[in-house]
Amino acid sequence: MRSLAKHREVWLVVAIAALVALIAARFPGFARPGNLATVFNDTSILMILALGQMVVILTRSIDLSMAANLAFTGMAVAMINAALPGLPLPAIVLAALAIGLVLGSINGLLVWKLDMPSIVVTLGTLTIYRGATFVLSGGAWVNADQMSPAFINFQRASLLGLPVLSWIAILVIGAFWLVMTRTALGRSIYAIGVNPTASIYAGIDVGRTKFIAFCISGMVAGLAGYLWVSRYVIASVEVANGYELSIIAACVIGGVSIAGGIGSVAGAVLGALFLGIIQSALPVINVSPFWQMAISGSAIILAVVLNARGERKQGRIILRKAEAA
Amino acid sequence: MSDAVHSPRAIPDRLDNPFRSAVFSWEALLVLVAIAIFIVNSLASPYFLNAWSLSDLTFNFTEKALIALAMALLIISGEIDLSVAAIIALASTLMGMAVQAGVGTPGLVLIGISVGLACGAFNGAMVTGLGLPSIVVTIGTMSLFRGVSYIILGDQAYKGYPADFAFFGQGYVWWVISFELVLFLVAALVYGFVLHRTSFGRRIFAIGNNPVAAQFSGVRVGRIKFVLFCLTGLMAGIASVLITSRLGSTRPSIAQGYELEAITMVVLGGVSILGGSGTIPGVVLAAFIMGLVTFGLGLLNVPGIVMSIFIGSLLIVVIALPIVWNRLARRRPA
Repeated sequence: MRSLAKHREVWLVVAIAALVALIAARFPGFARPGNLATVFNDTSILMILALGQMVVILTRSIDLSMAANLAFTGMAVAMINAALPGLPLPAIVLAALAIGLVLGSINGLLVWKLDMPSIVVTLGTLTIYRGATFVLSGGAWVNADQMSPAFINFQRASLLGLPVLSWIAILVIGAFWLVMTRTALGRSIYAIGVNPTASIYAGIDVGRTKFIAFCISGMVAGLAGYLWVSRYVIASVEVANGYELSIIAACVIGGVSIAGGIGSVAGAVLGALFLGIIQSALPVINVSPFWQMAISGSAIILAVVLNARGERKQGRIILRKAEAA
Repeated sequence: MSDAVHSPRAIPDRLDNPFRSAVFSWEALLVLVAIAIFIVNSLASPYFLNAWSLSDLTFNFTEKALIALAMALLIISGEIDLSVAAIIALASTLMGMAVQAGVGTPGLVLIGISVGLACGAFNGAMVTGLGLPSIVVTIGTMSLFRGVSYIILGDQAYKGYPADFAFFGQGYVWWVISFELVLFLVAALVYGFVLHRTSFGRRIFAIGNNPVAAQFSGVRVGRIKFVLFCLTGLMAGIASVLITSRLGSTRPSIAQGYELEAITMVVLGGVSILGGSGTIPGVVLAAFIMGLVTFGLGLLNVPGIVMSIFIGSLLIVVIALPIVWNRLARRRPA
């Protein structure tokens, strides 16, 4: 099973390399290390979000509210920054993590304590958080001139040749890898995804583990909220509208099974990178950006067909559909 | 998931008093909620209690509710379709193209409906033919279908629909009774009959409760699910005709977010998101409630995005309440 999982990531790397080679064949500049580093930096936020979503999907749940959480937290920290420009940046980042955590824990509590299906809960909170962003801001935007220079420039600062944003992504990837492969929490998250009933007998509190997963995805969405707002230097209600689907798409392309229990940190990162490369390649190869939606849709469908093949080989067919909804 | 299923079940000697079970049903609760919102609305705004206002109200939800009818069957069978709004966009875009080519109204309707049907069949084939989870497939086709609209239209819009095409979304059958409302009520009757009075309907419940047992009982699970995906696509196609006719123009962003509202209606109507239970009258009531809420708030000048807070909370509270209620009831000594 492990070797097969490895195979999937290997295939993704091959697919990404082929994609880059294909583009580079006509536009050699695309494969320059400098440009690839830019693509990585552009994809950082999606990678961070995909990792949070992966943890939730592994537990047989789904978090549709991440983009709305991102918009709310982004707006909140931008308003904090506009109101108190003197507040040091670590406080802003902590605030982003805390607000995201609170929103995520609301999802988690409803799933844990009331046994509600996560798709219903997060469908509801998706609209509530987005609406709350409007109420919070009164529909107004927070613009660049209202943000402090430290707020905007932090992620753009260069550290050892890479922007801080890229380092944050690398740090988050490392942290997720540690948690998912080296801690009891990571093992329990996989376990309840593979077989919730067996997990209960193994002494894992399934509800509580799901709650923690939602807290993680909330926190990650909060962090991404700050990063998004400071990257595009605007906070508005429409920020990341519909982005929840791109996040899920990155996971699906990365081989995370929507039925839970299957997926890896490397897969989610590569899935996000795949989408990121397509997004940055379209203008280079002179294709209208309007093609992007259809291309990522096709990529999702293709990925899920291939994933299903892989899963079938493992004989998981009985469990496959059990709690997909 | 629910403890109730695991507790030993006593089989009653006779059925519950039908009157009693009707009074305590989900639908009765929805009727009460609808009446309450209706009264609040009439008190809150002097413009609410007026035949034309009430008629306008129905335009708020009929298009989504038409989709919700088919979606209810699909969700009862244990599947879901997130691509319905994207199907509306694609069907509307292709109707727009046909207008540029000089196709008349009957042709446009035919195109809208058949595009919907084809998209639904595609979803159904992916789910039942290849055995893929519907939630992922339809997230993919959601991007794909709307993506094709974006490729065709970009930031442009199609206009210039023929004058008689406007009837479907703007016309009235009699006095204040709109064509959309009549169509919805007829469709609701048909779907209610199919789900609750035919063997096809019983099979949908059987599949939702236990697809494996249904399969072994001779129910053609795959084929029925395929039909349900086609029906959902078909209803999205019909909704596309209505909304295109009502707006008189097509942009790729048309009907954005309709899938979530349609699913909210279904779940609010008492259909279990896990499949296996639900009723059409419940969905119809939920559609009216959502129409009443959004229209009432609109009359009070509440912005649409704030209304979404109400809808989202309504969804969560309505699902959470029976769970809390059951838990409290079980805690009481029997």
